Amino acid sequence: MALRALRRNKMRSTLTALGIIIGVGAVIAMVGIGNGAKSQVEAQIASLGQNVILVFAGNWSSGGVRGGWGSAGTMRVEDAEAIAREIPGVIAVSPEVRDHQQVLANGLNWYTQILGEGPEYLDIRDWPLEEGAMFTDQDVRGTAKVCIVGKTIVNQLFPNEDPVGKVVIIRNIPFKILGVLVPKGLSVMNTDQDDVIIIPYTSEMKRVSKRTNLNAIIVQAASPDVSDRVQRDMSDLLRQRHRLGPDRDDDFTIRGQQEIADAATATTRIMTVLLGSIASVSLIVGGIGIMNIMLVSVTERTREIGIRMAVGAHGRDILLQFLIEAITLSSVGGLIGIIVGVGSAELLATWKQWPMLISISSVVLAFLFSAAVGVFFGFYPARKASRLDPIDALRYE
Amino acid sequence: MAAVIKLENIHKTYHTGEVDVLAVRGVSLEIGQGEFVAIMGASGSGKSTMMNIIGCLDRPTEGRYFLDGTDVSHLDRDELAAIRNKKLGFVFQGFNLLSRTSALENVELPLLYTHDHVTADMQRERAVHALEIVGLADRADHHPNQLSGGQQQRVAIARALVNSPSVLLADEPTGNLDTRTSAEVMGVFQKLNDEGITIVMVTHELDIASYTKRNVIMRDGVVVNDALVEHRAIAEVELRKLQQAHQAVKLSS
Repeated sequence: MALRALRRNKMRSTLTALGIIIGVGAVIAMVGIGNGAKSQVEAQIASLGQNVILVFAGNWSSGGVRGGWGSAGTMRVEDAEAIAREIPGVIAVSPEVRDHQQVLANGLNWYTQILGEGPEYLDIRDWPLEEGAMFTDQDVRGTAKVCIVGKTIVNQLFPNEDPVGKVVIIRNIPFKILGVLVPKGLSVMNTDQDDVIIIPYTSEMKRVSKRTNLNAIIVQAASPDVSDRVQRDMSDLLRQRHRLGPDRDDDFTIRGQQEIADAATATTRIMTVLLGSIASVSLIVGGIGIMNIMLVSVTERTREIGIRMAVGAHGRDILLQFLIEAITLSSVGGLIGIIVGVGSAELLATWKQWPMLISISSVVLAFLFSAAVGVFFGFYPARKASRLDPIDALRYE
Repeated sequence: MAAVIKLENIHKTYHTGEVDVLAVRGVSLEIGQGEFVAIMGASGSGKSTMMNIIGCLDRPTEGRYFLDGTDVSHLDRDELAAIRNKKLGFVFQGFNLLSRTSALENVELPLLYTHDHVTADMQRERAVHALEIVGLADRADHHPNQLSGGQQQRVAIARALVNSPSVLLADEPTGNLDTRTSAEVMGVFQKLNDEGITIVMVTHELDIASYTKRNVIMRDGVVVNDALVEHRAIAEVELRKLQQAHQAVKLSS
């Protein structure tokens, strides 16, 4: 009965449902984009490795001029060794030195990041090799001229050949390539993580940059539970080793993975909420459209309501009829909206290369919400119809 | 003769603004099983108000109304709706059919609101039967805009009959029809009345009232005359007369 009335006014029903279609579609697509971004960030954070704690050297400052992280030059290899030796719950430590150099190989050259690391670095970062093997403790002790290269380096310097066993020249020193890393993609900061050459930190310090201090120490805790305690212990240990009195600030910074993750996901969560609420507004506007049309429909069909009441329809029957009409409009609109939303999300995903994550829960929620919009905005017109006086309704012209 | 409708000292007052309108002031009336009554009067005489009260669309301000022996003067909206559905059939001046809905579906309408359980097949069967009674079974699939005025009114009569009501109420049923079609429709009413259906009709046309058996005349909210019709018009005879007159006009031109 209610459906018949909708079918009679195809154009109007379609346009009314369109409001809901756009609303639901927008909610699904927007939340999909937001969730996609969030999951991408989470994946990037997971690419740091498990339970990783970063210890940066503090910043150097003199007469108001301040250097960046690690510029203070206070972090030493001995600190890394002390952490590994003295703090329980630490399962791996890699001293890190960073540098940028113009490298040569194969008649080609490339400006890239040189990372000096310990042999456990790849295990900490959960970064497997595509081929070859990591350098060993022995290489570190012997300041060996060996390296591991990222995929970008292979693409730039060894476009058509297998780089393992070949040589890269860093600051006129030939380093033998032991392995190639599996590509990792962009980092949280949108830098290319594969544009890197990893060499033993000892080799970096003695042969390449000729310095004695570290930029950072990368520490892996045994589990998330001990992570906080490990961070505290490291802080105490480093303050003691650097002979910092109680009135002096830390000359280092400790960052747990959780903190980094929290900061990054907070941003994307705000984005999801923002996009979702903008889209919800359009859903509400769609609901008001339904209410408007239902009110018009009640006025227009006053006589029909009068006839139905005269032949014995209760107020309840009329209420139900109009409510069903409104709910049908909104939930059919909702269903089509889901299809449109998922479709446009897929389209955006392929066209703009945006990550997209449409969860079942957001689809179900959008549908239920659209049905609820139907009930909410349909109730007032339906009640108005059911309260009409049959005599007045029959005389209505 | 059992009284189907029994009105006891009915009053109806409308409060419109500051002035109270006394539309009906003390009407007592009994209508028995199988009667065919016309309530007549000029506009403002209170006949429409009486019709609304008899039709359970409105409640009297004062007085009691027994329909089929039950006091219906103090029922609420929903109870009145159930009474209308079960015991009354309405035929209106403006036909009041649902447009863009077939004749058959229009006739089925009261069955949708019946609280006794009626299956879809039974609904259809009863609706087709009601259309057969008014001679429109072959137009069941037509929509109101494909039917003539007389046919539309007959669909409305079929709708009023479908629930086998105790009383058929007609409010100016021929008001929108020409003389010939009016006679046809009145013929349908007479046939139904001959089969034992009680009919109450409101009209201000004397010649229409002459098809009924009893005329109740109202003025200023009271009944001023209540008499049986002496020279009752028979629809078939009237139709034949009309045809002859039509022929005569044709011949003379």
